[in-house]
Amino acid sequence: MKLFHAFLALGVAAMLVGTPAQAVELSIVSGDTGDGIKVLREILDRYEKDSGNKVGIVVMPTSGTDQFGQYRLWLAAGNSDIDVYQTDVIWAPQLASQLVDLTAATKDVVGAHFPSIIQSQTVNGKLVALPIFTDAPALYYRKDLLDKYRAKVPATWKELADTAKLVMDGERAAGNRDIWGFVFQGNAYEGLTCNALEWVMSSGGGQVIEPDGSISINNPKAAAVLDMARGWVGTIAPPGVLAYQEEESRGVWQTGNAVFMRNWPYAYALGNGGGSPIKGKFDVAPLPAGTGEGARPIATLGGWNLAVSKYSKHQDAAIELVKFIASPAMQKYRTLKTSNLPTIQALYDDADIARQQPIVPRWKQIFLNAVPRPSAATRIKYNEASSQFWNAVHNTLSGDGTAANNLADLEAMLTKLKGRGW
Amino acid sequence: MIRMEPEKARAAHSSLTAQRVRSAWLFLGPMLLVLAAAAGWPLARTVYFSFTDASLADLDARQWVGFGNYFSVFSMPSGRVLYDGLLVDPVWWRAVWNTARFAVISVTCETILGMIVALVLNAKFPGRGIVRAAILIPWAIPTIVSAKMWQWMLNDQFGIINVVLLNLGLTSAKIAWTANADTAMAAILVVDIWKTTPFMALLILAALQMLPREIIEVARLDGANPWQIFWRVTLPLIRPAVMVAVIFRALDALRIFDLIYVLTPNNVHTKSMSVFARENLFEFDKFAYGSAASTLLFLILALLTIAYIRIGRISLDGGR
Repeated sequence: MKLFHAFLALGVAAMLVGTPAQAVELSIVSGDTGDGIKVLREILDRYEKDSGNKVGIVVMPTSGTDQFGQYRLWLAAGNSDIDVYQTDVIWAPQLASQLVDLTAATKDVVGAHFPSIIQSQTVNGKLVALPIFTDAPALYYRKDLLDKYRAKVPATWKELADTAKLVMDGERAAGNRDIWGFVFQGNAYEGLTCNALEWVMSSGGGQVIEPDGSISINNPKAAAVLDMARGWVGTIAPPGVLAYQEEESRGVWQTGNAVFMRNWPYAYALGNGGGSPIKGKFDVAPLPAGTGEGARPIATLGGWNLAVSKYSKHQDAAIELVKFIASPAMQKYRTLKTSNLPTIQALYDDADIARQQPIVPRWKQIFLNAVPRPSAATRIKYNEASSQFWNAVHNTLSGDGTAANNLADLEAMLTKLKGRGW
Repeated sequence: MIRMEPEKARAAHSSLTAQRVRSAWLFLGPMLLVLAAAAGWPLARTVYFSFTDASLADLDARQWVGFGNYFSVFSMPSGRVLYDGLLVDPVWWRAVWNTARFAVISVTCETILGMIVALVLNAKFPGRGIVRAAILIPWAIPTIVSAKMWQWMLNDQFGIINVVLLNLGLTSAKIAWTANADTAMAAILVVDIWKTTPFMALLILAALQMLPREIIEVARLDGANPWQIFWRVTLPLIRPAVMVAVIFRALDALRIFDLIYVLTPNNVHTKSMSVFARENLFEFDKFAYGSAASTLLFLILALLTIAYIRIGRISLDGGR
């Protein structure tokens, strides 16, 4: 009996020594649009099979604004329940102090990613998140309807509004009562900042807060384009667009009730998915530009990354998980399923992706020229600055004050927020 | 007859009192401890943070700033004087106004409707038990779930409410209920009234069932009509219960967060005090400012409750 116990003890000890990496349970938190969560689960299933670890997803609302508040709270409380956070491209400076420095652990893989994206996630020389996909919006349009009315793809916002009205009026007269010309993201949240930045900057109105920190938004070009956008609401865009985020606009678009939509590339795969009424009937183009001096098409840079919490109890396993999800093979898998833009340079020349998601190689130049939101200049005050901007735009779109007045107020508020410096 | 000497009597009395006081503290102790830990400590921390410049990025680096988050005065080099702080923040006062307006309208409607429902349910009719249970359903659904449900029903494109109104010919176009600044608050009010009228009805019904039937019958024998009975007999008798129900609802309504947060765009037209506080606490890098807003929210609630109890001469200890 004694001998048996000794053997047992030896056996247990051997097991403890023999398996240095004990299986651990990890948690990843993500709020994603479309099929994002489903595809993440599929990727995690592969990871679980490869590593023997278990990973649970904590699902959040799709609004980045909602996610951020919760993440900040968890991180401030030193929450160890969440190991990996899916973070927006703009959050790095605000959360950096509570995230693990990935520089050393990822130096074998970062070279495959676009340097500009890696740069955007580097704060004070510390890589705080590894990118898993990037984003640059597209103008989705209905090929069939544009052909029917012999209209060409609009290159300016004015053309967009004219074509939208032409097609919408024609279709409504033909009995399609629910059709609208244009849907975008008009709710008062981060998405409106992206939309409005595109309107303003593509019309030569500056980028709200310039890279040097100066506040440029109060100018006649910006006011003119916001007044123009105000004119869309209730005419070519449904009045409810003031409460639309990505998924609400896609809801109108994908049921065939919109001629144009501004949205991220994820809507491409979903629109062409089985059961979609608009499958094969649409295409994408770069967003329109304004007219006049300094006008050029602008796309706001988006994108999502994975960061490891400083408070995770399994940091090494979490870093391995992040590297797995961000790996070329998994990014390719994700892109084939969701048409998210990969952050690995080589995947833009991949034949499978080019055949199944043709938007991806076409979007390489657009995302490379995409404009970041002023999160680098405003640093830790970005959320508040963005909130003041989207509130001024939302008020203008709602008809609460003219664009000129709202932008003058906005300038004063941003100046106060800036104080002695961002 | 035994007469105790006064000092002796006092001594016996005071030792008995002391013993009672001791056991009272013994019994109250655990409850007070839990209350202090669960309510007192967080409240004290919030008040404390509101006097600092705390940031969620690094809570330990905070410094004392006195009343700076509430009110401060800057003299610019140009000689201009600037006022800053919560007390001069128009967004905050707009939130206070939104919340107050919401609370007054919703509680008023809920009280009147709840009273009507309670009076109906107090009458005897077949199937009363089932109706009483059924009317509680909106109250039983978690607020987030009902907010999401209403969000779908109020949706401007696919929502059933627009379809019904359109087919009945009451509206000529689909209305974006929650997006439009003019209708967003009305939409929130409708959902809130739908949800909490059952609560009011339940409390008032409980009070109605406590009423002795004889009083009503006597009034009827004396020739009072139902209207007079309600105003002169029933209402005065259930008034204390109604007043307590109203204060419960008013406190809830002044803290409104979930319905507004889920249903409407996050703009100044519908932002409530709680939404304002949350935004500053967690989204912006203004934890201290958000704490100040939470502190003011608490003060407003406390003062209103005290004023209401004083003015309404309500006794919360069960007496009348």
